[in-house]
Amino acid sequence: MHQLNIAGKAYRSRLLVGTGKYKDFAETRAAIDASGAEIVTVAVRRVNIGQDASQPSLLDAIPPSQFTILPNTAGCYTADDAVRTLRLARELLDGHPLCKLEVLGDPTNLFPNMPETLKAAETLVKDGFQVMVYCADDPIQCKMLEEIGCVAVMPLASLIGSGMGIVNPWNLRLIIDNARVPIIVDAGVGTASDATIAMELGCDGVLMNTAIAHAKDPVLMASAMKKGIEAGREAYLAGRMARKYYSADPSSPTTGLIGS
Amino acid sequence: MLTLMINGEARQFSAPLTVAGLVEALGYTGKRIAVERNGEIVPKSEHGSIALVSGDQLEIVVAVGGG
Repeated sequence: MHQLNIAGKAYRSRLLVGTGKYKDFAETRAAIDASGAEIVTVAVRRVNIGQDASQPSLLDAIPPSQFTILPNTAGCYTADDAVRTLRLARELLDGHPLCKLEVLGDPTNLFPNMPETLKAAETLVKDGFQVMVYCADDPIQCKMLEEIGCVAVMPLASLIGSGMGIVNPWNLRLIIDNARVPIIVDAGVGTASDATIAMELGCDGVLMNTAIAHAKDPVLMASAMKKGIEAGREAYLAGRMARKYYSADPSSPTTGLIGS
Repeated sequence: MLTLMINGEARQFSAPLTVAGLVEALGYTGKRIAVERNGEIVPKSEHGSIALVSGDQLEIVVAVGGG
């Protein structure tokens, strides 16, 4: 019931999580298990030639047989680098076409370079990738990415890793109201209530990493995020009451008071 | 001798050497890695048949933690 559907596959969890910034693979795995996430992002990097190649790797802790692995293009500043990275990722993951595209524009604020993002998305979709795309919270460019054929559009809620929360709910609503593909808030969430707000707005899911990994207790925060996402989704489906500004409405009967 | 650029560093190996031979020499046989040679992906199915030549530019990557 009410599953998240991405590229024809249904997911029970609407929380997508990253694997960066944890102290070790055991903590990464424990946090992911507590989050209930089924889609898990990874980065693609050069192997360290000369270091012990027999050490366990991330995908031993998070096996592709148990999770949907979403390779990202973090650190790429051009469409060409992003496409090249994802072709390597597809080979790494035995042809798995689902990917997270992000083309950055500035190393300080990590805002996306949207012209390069659009260019990379076109190339990747033509090449058979199922593209989930990190982007600016611009309703027009989000629609462009959908029209290119991206399987999910993932506007930022605020800067990557900032924990500033949902800074522009109005734009997110515009994007959600216009979308025919899942809209997933990617980046900026700081705590469980931020995730809830995103879901109450009608987002289809939330992707986060730092909010969990940099909590004092990442495993407990992962559990909190799971509940925040579920609460927000249910509240969205339930439909909130109308706001009545400056007008109270008692919940208890106004008649039958003693002494009346 | 073969001089190969691997992940941006020049390294020397004895010829002949296939991609599979290089992966073995580096200790990554059976590990989940991907190889790009001169800008093109080398599919796993071709690791045993592709012979490397001096000057080849190789990228060998792995999945790491990230958001």
